[in-house]
Amino acid sequence: MELTGKERIWQEYQKEIAGDNYFYARSCIRQTFFPGSEWAYLDILRNKLDKRVTEDPKHTTCTGIGYHTDVVPAETTMTVVARHFALMTEAGCENITPSCITSFGLYTEILDTWEHHPEIEEKIREFLWKATKREFKKPANLAHTSDIIYKFRNEIAALAPHRLRDVHTGRPLRGVDHIGCHYAKMFPAKGIGGAEFPAVLSGLIQAWGGESVDYPERRHCCGFGFRNYLVMANRGFSVANSKKKFESMQAYEPDFIVANCPGCAMFLDKWQYTLSEMEGVTYGQHGFGIPVFTYEELTALVLGYDPWEIGLQMHQVAVEPFLDKIGIAYDPEAKYLNSRGESMGRPACPTYMKVIK
Amino acid sequence: MNIVIIGGGPAGSEAAYRLAGEGYTVDLVEKENSIGGNLNNWHQLFPDRKSAAGLVKELQQRLNHPGITLHIDAEAREIAESAPGKFAVKLSNKTVLHGSAVLLATGYKVFDAKRKEEYGYGIYKRVITSAELENLFTNRALATLYGEAPKRIGFIHCVGSRDEKICNYHCSKLCCVTAVKQAIEVREMLPEVEIFCFYMDMRMFGPGYEEMYREAQERYDIKFIRGRLSEAAENIHGQVVVKVEDTLVGKPLRMTLDLMVLMVGMEAADGSGKLAGSVQVPLYPNGFIRPADPHTGTNLTARPGIFTAGSCTSPMNLTDTLTDARSAAWQIKKWLTGSDKHA
Repeated sequence: MELTGKERIWQEYQKEIAGDNYFYARSCIRQTFFPGSEWAYLDILRNKLDKRVTEDPKHTTCTGIGYHTDVVPAETTMTVVARHFALMTEAGCENITPSCITSFGLYTEILDTWEHHPEIEEKIREFLWKATKREFKKPANLAHTSDIIYKFRNEIAALAPHRLRDVHTGRPLRGVDHIGCHYAKMFPAKGIGGAEFPAVLSGLIQAWGGESVDYPERRHCCGFGFRNYLVMANRGFSVANSKKKFESMQAYEPDFIVANCPGCAMFLDKWQYTLSEMEGVTYGQHGFGIPVFTYEELTALVLGYDPWEIGLQMHQVAVEPFLDKIGIAYDPEAKYLNSRGESMGRPACPTYMKVIK
Repeated sequence: MNIVIIGGGPAGSEAAYRLAGEGYTVDLVEKENSIGGNLNNWHQLFPDRKSAAGLVKELQQRLNHPGITLHIDAEAREIAESAPGKFAVKLSNKTVLHGSAVLLATGYKVFDAKRKEEYGYGIYKRVITSAELENLFTNRALATLYGEAPKRIGFIHCVGSRDEKICNYHCSKLCCVTAVKQAIEVREMLPEVEIFCFYMDMRMFGPGYEEMYREAQERYDIKFIRGRLSEAAENIHGQVVVKVEDTLVGKPLRMTLDLMVLMVGMEAADGSGKLAGSVQVPLYPNGFIRPADPHTGTNLTARPGIFTAGSCTSPMNLTDTLTDARSAAWQIKKWLTGSDKHA
């Protein structure tokens, strides 16, 4: 593979990312699946990188899940998103940074729709005013939160006590990046590196000393697609997509997977358990699965956050082999203790996939 | 009377030869250091497998005419009407050529396959263009390209043609038959190789083309699959993994190839628009030069005294290019003798 060819494409797909003063739009599901991710992101931005990030508890879902399953009409979705923009405007911000890939895709799609059809924007402004008496300015800058981490990847590398290297051998760790479909597949120009050879996460891996794995099914959807999991009968399709990816990446012996979509990270983690129970297969080394991290978790790890503080005990695939490789100290006894030091109980062991109890 | 011909490809060379034969003096301008244009990049021609180098040589020999002055390594930058019916063509080497008529024979450029990012050209080592394959034929380097002969080759049609995504709506006409010809050449060189052509439609419009297509299937065992490539990726062995929908069977298909050949289409040459613009000659939306009338005014333009020949107006095969060049020579003669003043 000619890396210079990829770098040429990366140079063509760079975008303006604001340097400070962000309005943060949380994800509906990221906090449920990976409860430490958004906290870690905010802590890193505010306390490590010294950035101003504003939140508003009145912020709601963007309705993306409902929109993409044809449950919520486009006008409703646009009005809800217009309300988000109004909250941003009221907070005195003009840079919006959604945590969710679907929200990012939806915001991008709506802004593009309004650009080409100003009459629709006008109609939505009217809907929002009638429903809430709010007005809004369109964001001056829209970036996904993984874009923000990408922008500051070198600053983070300078602060990080850990590198993505095997401390025992010095070998760069091999990382598979998985980009949410709604990040750049609809609007390639809005993604770092475009849709075909995205660099937003592989850029992090490389900046922090790891090696990015490019494998045949790199662009393939993880199978999260809303209809695939909302309709129970379709879930086999979702599993099949993830399976296709695992089988394709397995030959490269990746040390970890990093994703920027809440759903992708969740399914790539959980489906490894499902597949092990269904077929008795595991894709990682020595009978373990391949650890899956959100980009916030990976960032927090290289910056030295406690693995249990950022919620890694909620992962299905054991993260300890990765922590051991990278040289992060952790207390095995504290894994399932809550903030008061009480036991939360331990999950049952899978039949085939190895975990560390 | 003098005529300035811009472009020393097959069209420009043929027109120069014909006009010189009619007693005119001709300045033939070529930006490269030899004539022949894109023909220099080809090995054999369809449908008769004539040597491309042989044809270039033939065209070159015809230019050894006392009435023809060849200006190589010179790029035409601008055309201006210096006096009514008199044109001045400025060249990159500061020379100014004068003529009573100017023939635009600026040809085409090959589509830059890097623009189809999902095909990985320039990134995956085993993805090449049809033009590069011709070079491998010429140098007989295909069998040893990657240390050993490829076992499975895929030809991808319509790369840069009929593709809304990269804003090229036009058909380049030649890629289908070129793929058939190249597939046959590959079969002759590598009898054991599996060969697949992935096409949208097979547009075999020229004499002998359809017959060649049939022969490719029946005699050369080349498999044609109707379906457009959605993406390509490289596996751990460096092979190319392609995803295609077989639109006749209605099923997705995944295949591993040892070599993927992109049938790159034709686009308007970079210089065409600029030169045409300098004399207010309009272009088609795809950048090719618009003739005065698509039926009765080919070779003519909206600007009297400015003529066209060959694939600067649309994708064209060599047969049509040479015919068009002769037609242009005839139109110019009529214009200069005053028997057909077009407006």
